[in-house]
Amino acid sequence: MLDVVKDLLILMISSSLISNVVLSQFLGLCPFLGVSKKVDTAVGMGGAVIFVITIASGVAAVIYKGILERLDITYLQTIVFILVIAALVQFVEMFLKKYVPSLYQALGVYLPLITTNCAVLGIALTNVQKNYGIGFSIASGLFTAVGFLIAIVILAGIREKIEYNDIPESFQGMPIVLITAGLMAIAFCGFSGLL
Amino acid sequence: MSDRKDEAKQSSMEVFFNGLVKENPTFVLTLGMCPTLAVTTSAINGLGMGLTTTAVLVLSNAIISLLRYIIPNRVRIPAFIVIVASFVTMVELLLEGFIPSLYAALGLYIPLIVVNCIILGRAESFASKNSVIPSIFDGLGMGLGFTVALTAIGMVREVLGAGEIFGVPVINKALGGISSLLGRQEPIEYIPISIFVLAPGAFFVLAALTALQNRVKRKMQERGQNVDKIQSGCNSDCASCSDSGCAHRFVDVNAASGSVANAKNDSL
Repeated sequence: MLDVVKDLLILMISSSLISNVVLSQFLGLCPFLGVSKKVDTAVGMGGAVIFVITIASGVAAVIYKGILERLDITYLQTIVFILVIAALVQFVEMFLKKYVPSLYQALGVYLPLITTNCAVLGIALTNVQKNYGIGFSIASGLFTAVGFLIAIVILAGIREKIEYNDIPESFQGMPIVLITAGLMAIAFCGFSGLL
Repeated sequence: MSDRKDEAKQSSMEVFFNGLVKENPTFVLTLGMCPTLAVTTSAINGLGMGLTTTAVLVLSNAIISLLRYIIPNRVRIPAFIVIVASFVTMVELLLEGFIPSLYAALGLYIPLIVVNCIILGRAESFASKNSVIPSIFDGLGMGLGFTVALTAIGMVREVLGAGEIFGVPVINKALGGISSLLGRQEPIEYIPISIFVLAPGAFFVLAALTALQNRVKRKMQERGQNVDKIQSGCNSDCASCSDSGCAHRFVDVNAASGSVANAKNDSL
């Protein structure tokens, strides 16, 4: 029991901070750079990503263990995972719209952007590579997504301040955001001494 | 309708160079950023990733173009995804079998080619509207444009971060030549800036390249040239990239129910 708790703690630190999904693995860069102009929207996007990735990694793990492994067709994992994820996102969107309108109001706009987000597929595939069980897959998905939330909220905070600064003309827009992300990546490198 | 006719008029070579230079997927459209940053730690990895993506892009463009009247509009995205994912799986298995070193270096980013915006974007905006030969050339042009960009970024990072290009220690050789010219006993050693092969270096190199592109764009604007076509894809705003296939819903409920009907309208 204690071992499981210890493993979970290590998983939490390593997947949310040390190998941060955007800053060291470069997954989910599109929403990271595209939806980080304001802290509010960044929080919304982060919430939507946490929601989708946690569900998707659970579903992918169940399908992998229950169907693909049993029928010995694990080489089909990429095709199956991407279809399941893309369908799942739209299903979640419809479900929220009908039954949890308040949550849909908060996350709805961001959901279609996650359909072909490489972070969702990337985490499902990483879980399989690392041979996690269903519980650990869900935990790994949740912690990785929390890492995404941390990174995107920090970036949005910095970008809100950058707006008032005097930036060289060529560096306005994307380049300064990329440099900010690079500096954040250096800072996150510091976490690698934690474990 | 008129758009489609205009596109059909372009010759295959025009389509090819359009992807390679004018609408370069990395530098001009800024699509497919995940692999661009992740695998360009060396020139050879960038080249390998670029060529792998090109293969998938050409094959999927060809098949999608062949099936463009058969796939119903409403479920086109899942259909495209299945076609692309099948080719990615094939390429992945081939790489694992025949070039295991590249397979190990690219790792997770090979299956992630499926969600590369360039591929779905080209399927959506070109292959599903044009016949097979132009679609193949579009795939070749876009793929090679991507390859050139990845190799260039990889070379910059490898030179700065390891002092090598394609594994050849060019900087130390050059410095050795200079020091022997100067008559020094001990050659000057290059100390690599290793941060450039790590994650932060990717962001810095891309920032520098995008700034360069901004500068070129501004100079063109000053000279009164039209830069409307040169726009950022996903990066400037995710929600606005409807054209590139990144932000599509899985089943497009708003679309017309069948592409066959559209196809008939087109031919009339």
